[in-house]
Amino acid sequence: MTPRERRNLRNGLIFIAPWIIGFLIFVAYPLVASFFYSLCDYSVLRPPVYIGGLNYQEMAQDPVFWKSLGNTVYFTVLFLPLSTLVAIALALLLNTGVRGMAIYRTIFFLPSLTPLVALGILWMWMLNGEYGVINHVLNTLLKPLGVQAPAWLQSITWSKPAIVLMSLWGVGHAMVIYLAALQDIPVQLYEAAELDGARAWSKIRHITLPLLSPAIFFNVTMGIITAMQVFALPYVISSGEGGPARSTMFYSMYLYHTAFRYLRMGYACAMAWFLFIVIITLTLIFHRISRRHLHYGQ
Amino acid sequence: MLPMSRFIATIGGHKPPISLALLASVGVLICFSACDFLIPEPQDEYVNGRLRVTYWEKWTGVEGQAIRNVVDRFNASQDRIFVDLITTSQIDRKTLVAIAGGEPPDIVGLWNQAIPPYAEKGALMPLRPFMEKAGMSESDFIDVFIVMNKYKGELYGLPTTPATCSLHWNKKLFREAGLDPERPPRTLAELDEMAQKLTKYDANGNIVQLGFSPAEPNWWPYAWSAWFGGRLWDGHNITFDTPENLATLQWIKSYADRYGVDRLRRFRSGASGQFASPQNPFFTGKIAMILQGVWMANFISQYAPDLEWGAAPFPTAVPGLDYVTVAQCDSISIPVGSRHPDEAFEFIQFLYQQKEIEQLNIDQWKFSPLKNVSPDFVARHPNPNIKLFMDLGSSPNAYCLPDLLIFYEYSDEITPAIDKIMNGLDTPEHLVKHVQNQVSKKWARVQQVVEKREAAQQETRP
Repeated sequence: MTPRERRNLRNGLIFIAPWIIGFLIFVAYPLVASFFYSLCDYSVLRPPVYIGGLNYQEMAQDPVFWKSLGNTVYFTVLFLPLSTLVAIALALLLNTGVRGMAIYRTIFFLPSLTPLVALGILWMWMLNGEYGVINHVLNTLLKPLGVQAPAWLQSITWSKPAIVLMSLWGVGHAMVIYLAALQDIPVQLYEAAELDGARAWSKIRHITLPLLSPAIFFNVTMGIITAMQVFALPYVISSGEGGPARSTMFYSMYLYHTAFRYLRMGYACAMAWFLFIVIITLTLIFHRISRRHLHYGQ
Repeated sequence: MLPMSRFIATIGGHKPPISLALLASVGVLICFSACDFLIPEPQDEYVNGRLRVTYWEKWTGVEGQAIRNVVDRFNASQDRIFVDLITTSQIDRKTLVAIAGGEPPDIVGLWNQAIPPYAEKGALMPLRPFMEKAGMSESDFIDVFIVMNKYKGELYGLPTTPATCSLHWNKKLFREAGLDPERPPRTLAELDEMAQKLTKYDANGNIVQLGFSPAEPNWWPYAWSAWFGGRLWDGHNITFDTPENLATLQWIKSYADRYGVDRLRRFRSGASGQFASPQNPFFTGKIAMILQGVWMANFISQYAPDLEWGAAPFPTAVPGLDYVTVAQCDSISIPVGSRHPDEAFEFIQFLYQQKEIEQLNIDQWKFSPLKNVSPDFVARHPNPNIKLFMDLGSSPNAYCLPDLLIFYEYSDEITPAIDKIMNGLDTPEHLVKHVQNQVSKKWARVQQVVEKREAAQQETRP
């Protein structure tokens, strides 16, 4: 290393030091500490007591743990494909050259800016089993069939689909990414396909989707990570209880209960580590599967 | 555009840019790594020459103003101490973090459920020594409100605003159903019967008016068995799998059976208006009878001033067992780590003068935790039924939460069990066993950890 290089390295390190120090104190240390606490019984006020793998052992036999994990997987499996479909469909529609497009784009993006708590309260009224606007429409449609619309948030069967429905309001961010990706697709590809006699569906299937694949990959990966941590919406609509009968008790909510209601930080840390491993495994699997289907422009 | 290095050089005067960056980085470094040494030793704070004592309290609105008045009167009477009242949301969590961080308030207003878990973790100071010094006695207080502030026999909080609950009924709906509006049900069987007469359906068979349901509003799901003479804990073991608790769940199931799971669910979905709003189903006359607390009168006066209502002890299933209620209270405590516990207790002593504590409770529509009550207290009180709630508080059958460390976990098993019954998903016979099993496991775990903790402590002690 020449003296100049050494000086540059030193200066570089000094400039980045605030970040490194912040990272060490606020991210790296808590991360390591949380793993240690996951092996302890720890309630914040008393020094932690080392109990080995007891927390992990208990997790394996805790029905609420499995119930909340099941609920979360149910939500993810239903939400991810739906949100991807809706976001891509919206992006395709908003990519056509209709007049006043900027206004439509804004309108479809707006719901993503609504705070989650406001969104939850609004939807609680819309999904009200007796007076809600959604059931009003549904009941009018279903009347000839002699069926009544479900009580949504009061129903053990329908509470999770209701949350998926609410969450679909937040697809705006993914939609914008798809829209940007759509505009990157060179027009000459479509022109060439048209010369060869391709119809609209063929163009989507063979040009749009393959060239959109990096954006899909990014959005789905981020989707897995956020869906597995769903918290605010179910917390608001069930007043933090995850009812009825734990049908909206999601993993992050149970983790929060364990930490701040039962004051069991050790168990909560163990749960956090388990979730971390689940998410990273899912992401890696998805990465593996999709590698063959990724097409970059070049 | 000005290049970055030049820009830095400009703001750094004539010195070369690097020295400024160095200086800044080193400064940040010192701040981060040496922050422990930089935090000054905590010092007493004075307001106009008076010692500042901090008091965290959860109340807001009318209730917040009521305690602020007491604090103001205390401060006006003092030349040494200044109590600084700070309204704090999520007070239990914030206090926990503050105690762990070594900077707690001097006084904290929790509630009785928080006392056992906080006391077990050594977060609250025992109050007996302070009381002895001040000449106060536990026997001045209504027994049940002292019991719920104890953990393993030691007193960690004093009750500020006690509450009990009772049957509230809508007299107008009684009259419409052909019942005597002045005669509430006296047995549980009578309640069930009256509930049926008070329930109305529309042409589609949907419930438009409900007489009573254990699921509405179901604020004390863990306590229903008290009206059957049941208990959740005997002081050593979890006792959920008992005939009394089974009878309780069977009674709850009888409502799901009689009115129909789907119909009740639809009714609930339409009637679940916000509690503190004119849409509260009891205020709108959608529900004729409910179990609610002493505070209900206040909300009725705000949101449904024309409602004709009465209050009576909620009827029991066991002959001879009467005046059963759930008793609970807000508590006042001194956290461990408080730097001015003596001054803190001076305020507490001031608060428990008969005049002050009665005014606080009149302002909050509750009743005094002291046995001794001023002759005009009932007459001055805005709740016309306050005497009933006071009698319920002094009743030997007033039920308070067990001083059980895993109470929240216990109650979080009971709530979904009742949900399952009301949704027709499980049987009472299976659920008593299930809850007993789950909670016993948790209890065994707690004891195991306590043993480990004690063993670890003995190791560190030579």
